[in-house]
Amino acid sequence: MANLKNVTKKTKAQAMGMHSEILTGRTQQKFFNPDEAENFYYFGTYDVDFNKRTDLDVKNMSAAEANKEIDNLMSQGFGTIVIKNPQGKHSLGVGILNKLNLIFEGSLGYFGMGSCDGPIVRINGRVGWSCAENLMAGKVVIEKNAGSCFGAAIRGGDLICKGSVGARTGIDMKGGTIIIGGDAGAFTGFMMQRGRIIILGDVGINLGDSMYDGTIFVGGDIGSYGSDAVDSELTKSDQDWLRRKLKVAEIGENFDVSKMKKIVAGKKLWNYDNLEPTEKKGAI
Amino acid sequence: MCGIAGLIHRGKSSKVGHELQGMLQALKHRGEDSTGYALYGETDGKNFIMRFKVGENVGEGSTSVAEDVSVYDERKKIVDSYLSEMGAKIVKEERILPYSLRYEIEYNKKDLLEFSQKIESIPGVEILSMGKSLEVIKDLGNAKMVCDRYNLDKLVGTHAIGHARMATESGVDIKSAHPFWGYPFSDVSVVHNGQLTNYWNNRRALENKGMRFMSECDSELIAVYLAEKMRDGASLEEGMKESLTGLDGVFTYFVATKDSLGMAKDTMAAKPLVLYESDDLVAMGSEEIAIRSILPQEIDTYDPFDGEVKVWQI
Repeated sequence: MANLKNVTKKTKAQAMGMHSEILTGRTQQKFFNPDEAENFYYFGTYDVDFNKRTDLDVKNMSAAEANKEIDNLMSQGFGTIVIKNPQGKHSLGVGILNKLNLIFEGSLGYFGMGSCDGPIVRINGRVGWSCAENLMAGKVVIEKNAGSCFGAAIRGGDLICKGSVGARTGIDMKGGTIIIGGDAGAFTGFMMQRGRIIILGDVGINLGDSMYDGTIFVGGDIGSYGSDAVDSELTKSDQDWLRRKLKVAEIGENFDVSKMKKIVAGKKLWNYDNLEPTEKKGAI
Repeated sequence: MCGIAGLIHRGKSSKVGHELQGMLQALKHRGEDSTGYALYGETDGKNFIMRFKVGENVGEGSTSVAEDVSVYDERKKIVDSYLSEMGAKIVKEERILPYSLRYEIEYNKKDLLEFSQKIESIPGVEILSMGKSLEVIKDLGNAKMVCDRYNLDKLVGTHAIGHARMATESGVDIKSAHPFWGYPFSDVSVVHNGQLTNYWNNRRALENKGMRFMSECDSELIAVYLAEKMRDGASLEEGMKESLTGLDGVFTYFVATKDSLGMAKDTMAAKPLVLYESDDLVAMGSEEIAIRSILPQEIDTYDPFDGEVKVWQI
């Protein structure tokens, strides 16, 4: 619950009239209570039936028209929607905050499946830059390759690419799991804060640069480590988790996870502000 | 932002003007201040094709000054007289627009440096391209507008690169538009998406070595940089690999020669590129929709990695 207190002491800015309210101890953090689950209402969501299936040909539609039609179909209770002829269009399937089976018969352009929460998506093609950016929950599977900034800032869910991905995969990610069947480009895991990235192939330069937290598992060669990215011991529980994840992801089931490298944050940058200039150089 | 596109047919020719128009038009949201084409057409290889301008297209947002057509006529006369002086015979002459001309020239010397310096010593005159296959066409507006204005739809050739420009660091005019000719090398052209941060340092060094710059567009540096490397004996691919460390900033660029097409991506991989490759066609662009304009069926594409250089032959 928010904790708004009345505070009489004013700062200089408040005395100047630059702020009309005084906030202290306020939080937006809310905790999930299973007993109240039925009271939760997610604006704009629909009851859908996964057995109710339909096709949608978006060949002659703009991205906005296609996304509106997906929403319209969900409102009619369709729980499985197959998108025909996406033809590399940008921004398809964004903002779906619903349970849904969504299948793309083809490739997506930039920003596909951005800001989604809940859908299970299969893309039988490739995706351009920034696929599934800000994904909150659900699962997105790409059968071919993906562009750069794959899974940027995701907070949850599973994002799986069976091919290779470009640079800055998982940049700024705050949760969830990204699984790559092939290789990944430079700056993978750049500034990641939480979550896990699994790469079965090779990875480019500056892996995990400036990562705050989270874990990166790499099966192939590493181009170079980024600032504050360090090796860590691969535990048995790590290996069990990797096997389970790869199985669920239908990818690399026979992969020898025991030889994977585990990279985590060295956490020297955490205290960056407290360091002397000469110490900062050492941290970088 | 800018968008770039390129394609190369291996073992056959096609209507590359039409194909590149479709690719660049699909990228017009990335910039339509100007659009440029570098087309490698089917020729008998005997004569040089010189595309040049004697003035600027002064449209909205242009930084150039409007001039009377009589000024263009006067410049053209001087060009003709200089060509005659240098022993170059005009075989065919087309004046597509008052300021834009295409000459087929019989000229037997291989070194184009002296030739180009002489022609470009005329104020207001710039050679857009010189080669036995290459033709650079660039002007203000989107891909379709430029294609229609110069009737490029029917041009048959083996490969092509092009650029849809959003002007950010230099003027809205033809001289700042891409592609850039790899002066003074016959049939070399370059398009670029990105920003080069050591432009002035490199430019000063290259000018001291006798290389020429016509604009203040950072992308021109790539053409001049590669031309200088090739002048010193490097192959195209070697020059491109050196550029990954010699050029600072973020970039994806294409370079084409009479029989090849190459791409290079900086080590940060900050600029996009999607690539399709089959036995008989390579097509690439800043976005997949560019490739889709010529290959609507489902295809396998990928993003080249950071620091990657690739070269294909026709």
